[in-house]
Amino acid sequence: MSNGVEPMPNRLPAGAQNPVSAAVTASLKRRYAAERRFRLYGLLAVVFAALSLAALVFTIVQTGLPAFSTTMVRLPVTISSEAIDPAGTRDPQTLSGADYQKVVRDALAELFPDVTGRSQRRDLFSMLSPGGAYELRNRVMADPAVIGSRIEMLIPVADDIDQYAKGHIEASSKGIETRITDDQAQWFARLKDRGMIESVFNTRLFTAADSRSPELAGIWGALVGSFWTMAVTLVLSFPLAVGAAIYLEEFAPKNRWTQLIEVNINNLAAVPSIVFGLLGLAVFLNFFGLPRSAPLVGGMVLALITLPTIIIASRAALKAVPPSIREAALGVGASPIQTVFHHVVPLALPGMLTGTIIGMAQALGETAPLLMIGMVAFIVDIPSGPLDPATVMPVQIYLWSDSPERAFVERASAAIIVLLGFLIVMNVLAVVLRKRFERKW
Amino acid sequence: MIRQAMTVALLLSSLAVPGTAFARDQIRIVGSSTVYPFSTRVAEEFGRITKFKTPIIESTGTGGGFKLFCAGAGMDTPDLSNASRAIKKSEIETCAKAGVDAITEVKIGYDGIVLANSREAPQMNITLEQLYRALAKDLPDGKGGFQPNPNQKWSDVDPSLPDKRIEVLGPPPTSGTRDAFAELAMEGGCKKIGAIEELEKSEPDKFKAVCQGIREDGAYIEAGENDVLIVRKLEANSNAFGIFGYSFLEQNQDKIQGSKINGIADTYENISSGEYPISRSLFIYVKKAHVGVIPGLQEFLVEFTSDKASGPEGYLSDKGLIALPDAEREKYQKVAKEFPDNVSM
Repeated sequence: MSNGVEPMPNRLPAGAQNPVSAAVTASLKRRYAAERRFRLYGLLAVVFAALSLAALVFTIVQTGLPAFSTTMVRLPVTISSEAIDPAGTRDPQTLSGADYQKVVRDALAELFPDVTGRSQRRDLFSMLSPGGAYELRNRVMADPAVIGSRIEMLIPVADDIDQYAKGHIEASSKGIETRITDDQAQWFARLKDRGMIESVFNTRLFTAADSRSPELAGIWGALVGSFWTMAVTLVLSFPLAVGAAIYLEEFAPKNRWTQLIEVNINNLAAVPSIVFGLLGLAVFLNFFGLPRSAPLVGGMVLALITLPTIIIASRAALKAVPPSIREAALGVGASPIQTVFHHVVPLALPGMLTGTIIGMAQALGETAPLLMIGMVAFIVDIPSGPLDPATVMPVQIYLWSDSPERAFVERASAAIIVLLGFLIVMNVLAVVLRKRFERKW
Repeated sequence: MIRQAMTVALLLSSLAVPGTAFARDQIRIVGSSTVYPFSTRVAEEFGRITKFKTPIIESTGTGGGFKLFCAGAGMDTPDLSNASRAIKKSEIETCAKAGVDAITEVKIGYDGIVLANSREAPQMNITLEQLYRALAKDLPDGKGGFQPNPNQKWSDVDPSLPDKRIEVLGPPPTSGTRDAFAELAMEGGCKKIGAIEELEKSEPDKFKAVCQGIREDGAYIEAGENDVLIVRKLEANSNAFGIFGYSFLEQNQDKIQGSKINGIADTYENISSGEYPISRSLFIYVKKAHVGVIPGLQEFLVEFTSDKASGPEGYLSDKGLIALPDAEREKYQKVAKEFPDNVSM
């Protein structure tokens, strides 16, 4: 036999058709067709999902990318001693309270000597972000020796001008009034002709905390808040969840009580997260009197949300360790606790860590429970510990996407890109852990 | 073992002292998401130019804000509550029950509610009565009873309006903007209809239901709390109209336009003078027990009410806040210094 397949001996007499086989033959085509259809549905569903995801990511990236660059104006600023420190004492109090806004505005007005009217000057000055004055103040405070000199400063333009430079807003014309007046468009063109306008990487986006001025707003505050919150969540949920999983899986008797607990854990994993927020408000804030808006409380609430996820994953990982390992360990004289902690847990650890990372990624994206405990808030100071008021990344995205200023739209998308980046890294880490360290039996 | 148990007990009991553990040197504000952009702007300025810390502002909505504000007079409760409507009697009672018995009301400005559409479509000129007839859930059937709103197109309401399907995107019932729209626009238009006028005296509850009920048959689309989303949808669909706060129109005037209501355009000047019919007042409520205890509270309110911030040329006008008339602004500048009990308990 060349193909190695032996033909089935036909046990039926020749000519007599087997009725079963006829029915099978007849239905064979239909069954194959059904299978092909099912595969096609599956494929279509996957393609549809992939396309939707691609469209979503594309829109976010397209909207968000412009936020990574920002428009600045290079302005020669004369820091005259009369304007900042008329007495010449260099007293830090005087320096701190000086009118830097005026110094920066004078520098701009110097370039446009033809702009004189009050409302025209107002329009001109509104092209600059207040950030220029804050920066000048920091520079003078850090090194009072610059007073009396003329320095070049890179000052961010106001959010509307930045949007205009990026082509997102048109200048007013033909009776349609926009945020950019005719004059402002002309002045901007003049600055551009002189080569004073520069488009640079938006470092503020990564170093600043929230601000009402989009050009000064950044995600650093929210990132640090997320870090503290996640740290608290991890410290609380990992040991608790793993401990619970080990006890339930390895030590607890199988009776009605443990069954009840098991059902409850599975149910908790499906409870809407806002419920945990309400619990946090009632227990952590109102009963224990912990501070509002603190990452400590946020972390505690999120730990409650991640606990069931980690417990379920950890129990599955423990279950996957074959009984032979336990029996062998017990057989050579290990105590039950030695068996579990020396042999079973190390083998189940990759699975447990994977579950933890997935739980943490879920917690990183939560906003609803944080509303109740006051983390959906405007906070300008960067938190320096888990007790300082803070907000988190998804909340920052939510707050920006609900803001009237148009420049916040692209910033919200940029923040989404950063958050997605973190989530992808965490999930990849989970996959790598599983692939590299998980033992197959 | 016993020592361990005692340590744990100690730790727990130290946590369980309600609300006293943390002294506060930072103002805490809760409340309306409409006031949030203005409040945050002032807070940032305040944090930069004074020695005080930048206040923390939570965007909880007006109702949610009062719940937190009225939870008690302790230092673990908010100092100020932003509101896009005046405090309700029931909220004052809740406050009083929890020991918050002295509140000062500070009016900070006005907000117009606009009916806007894409600039690609013609501007609409509509009266409040027409608007009511277009969006009401039930309309009088002319025989003394009520029927579900039969108008499908704007031109069904009045031949002068466009021959387009009624399609209005607006906030859901949980929103303060929706409350204000129902009260000012819908009820305002409703009162113009003779058949309903008599209801106001005979059956006030039914009057309210009839006048403030917004149709649920798909002509009015609840577009969520996010006004940015409504603006985006208007850009994409030139047949649709949207209802939202003036500041969103102000920021997007190159793409969308406001409709004239009763022939009056929704400009800054018209809303400020009160001529534009759908405008509401914005407030801050101050817990008097916290004045003088929380550092900077008084200074913050002085900054907020100053001409530099909420005057007609102030930095908040750039964010879309509509300034109070001069006399009223002066009155509230005084309120922010003296904190009278101007909310009757």
